[in-house]
Amino acid sequence: MAEVNTDDGGGHGKHDKKRAKKSSTKIDMTPMVDLAFLLLTFFVLTSTFSKPKTMEINFPADPKDKKDETKVNNAITFLMTKDDGIYYYNGEFYPEKNIKGQPPTQLTKTDFSANGLHKLLLDRNKPTTLAIKLLEERLMKREIADTTYKRLVNREKGLKEALTVLVKADEKAIYKNVIDVIDELNICNVGKYAIVDMGQKELELLNAANNK
Amino acid sequence: MPKSNPSLDMTPMVDLAFLLVTFFMLTATSRVTEPVIVDTPSSFSDKLLPENVMLISIDDKGRPFYNINNSDVREQTLAKMGQQYKINFTDAEKKRFAGMTSFGVPIAQLKEYINMDDPHRILVKSPGIPHDSLHNELGDWIQFGRIEAAKQAKTQKERAEKLGRDFKYEPLRFAIKADAKTNYIAVKDIIKVFTDKDIYRFNLITSLEQGEVKK
Repeated sequence: MAEVNTDDGGGHGKHDKKRAKKSSTKIDMTPMVDLAFLLLTFFVLTSTFSKPKTMEINFPADPKDKKDETKVNNAITFLMTKDDGIYYYNGEFYPEKNIKGQPPTQLTKTDFSANGLHKLLLDRNKPTTLAIKLLEERLMKREIADTTYKRLVNREKGLKEALTVLVKADEKAIYKNVIDVIDELNICNVGKYAIVDMGQKELELLNAANNK
Repeated sequence: MPKSNPSLDMTPMVDLAFLLVTFFMLTATSRVTEPVIVDTPSSFSDKLLPENVMLISIDDKGRPFYNINNSDVREQTLAKMGQQYKINFTDAEKKRFAGMTSFGVPIAQLKEYINMDDPHRILVKSPGIPHDSLHNELGDWIQFGRIEAAKQAKTQKERAEKLGRDFKYEPLRFAIKADAKTNYIAVKDIIKVFTDKDIYRFNLITSLEQGEVKK
C-alpha cells in the first residue's frame, strides 16, 4: 500500500538508519475526494434519465374505403385550421342544398382550453367514461385482474355506441394542434378515432367560418 | 483528557462517492448532436419509446431526417441504398455512417456528408431527404431499413437458437418526431410515405406535459 513518508528529510542523526521514524499510513485524501465529488456532480447534472415519451397511433389503412365513416350514430368531427382554430360538427356532414333534404351542417367553434375541447369530449363520452370508472373501482377492490381490466376497458371503448371522433386538419393547421386533440381523446377515453383528410365542402365551410 | 484528532476517516465517504461516480459514468449516454433541433409537442402519454426504432424527425419547415438506432442495420441499409442508387460507399464510409445519428441530405450528397469531420457536419444546412412521388428516397430508406432490420432479427434469432438461448423478438417500430410548429400537412406527407409501404402504426414522440392532469 502507499506509504507517505512524512519525514521532511531534515535529520541526519546517527539513528536514522537503524530505526526509521514511525510514519503514518494515512494519506491526505482531500484532493481525491474533491475530484470524486466534482466528477459526481458533473455526471449527476449531465445525465439524462428521461427517455422520450411516445404516443402510439394507427392510421387508417385506406381512407377511400371509409365512405360510411360518419354514418355511425355517435360521431363528432373536428376541423382544425390556422391560429389554433378548431371547429366541430356532430354526426354526418351535409353540404348546402344536399339531396337528402337535411339542413346544412353548422360548425361550432371551440378551443383547446379545459372548458372547451376537454369538457365537450367528456360530455359526449359520458357513458364510456362512467363505465371505465366503474371498472377502475372494481380493479381497485381487486375484483378483477389487471389484464381483465385492460381488456374490458378496450371493449368499452370499442362499443358500437361509443363516441367516434374524426380529426381533420387543413393546410394551415400545425402539428401541435393535432397532437393536442389526440392527447385529449386519450385522456377522455375515446377509443375510436382517426385522422383523415378533409373534404372540399368541409374546407369551404371551415374557411367561411374562420373568416367571419 | 486524550488529544482528539481533528481529521476523520473519509474512506466510507470516498467509497460511496466513487461508487456513485462509476454508476453515473456507466449509465450516462452521451447526448449525440442531431443535425436539427426538434421541439416536440407535449402530451400526457407516459409510454416510453421502444428500443428498436426507425426514427423520422421532421423539423419546423417540414424537412425529414432519417435515423435507425441499430448501427448494424444502418450499415446494411446504406449498402443497399448505395446499390439502388449506384453509389459506391467504401467500407470505411459505411462504418462511419453506422456511428452517425440522423441525417437529412439526399443520397447524392451523402458520401460527401459522411466524409466531413464532425464540426463541419453540424454546420451543413440539410435540405431534408427527398420524398416526393417522383423521387422518393425516403421511401427507399424506409423500405431497406425495414428489410435489413428484419434480416438482422432473423440472424440474431438463429444465433440464439444455436446457443440454446431465448430470443426476445422486438419488432421494428416507426417513430415520428415532428416539431410542434410544423404544418400538419408536412407531417401528413411523411405519413403518406409510410402508408404507401403498408406501415400504419406509428409512435409519435412527445415530451411529457408538465402540470396537473385535468380531471
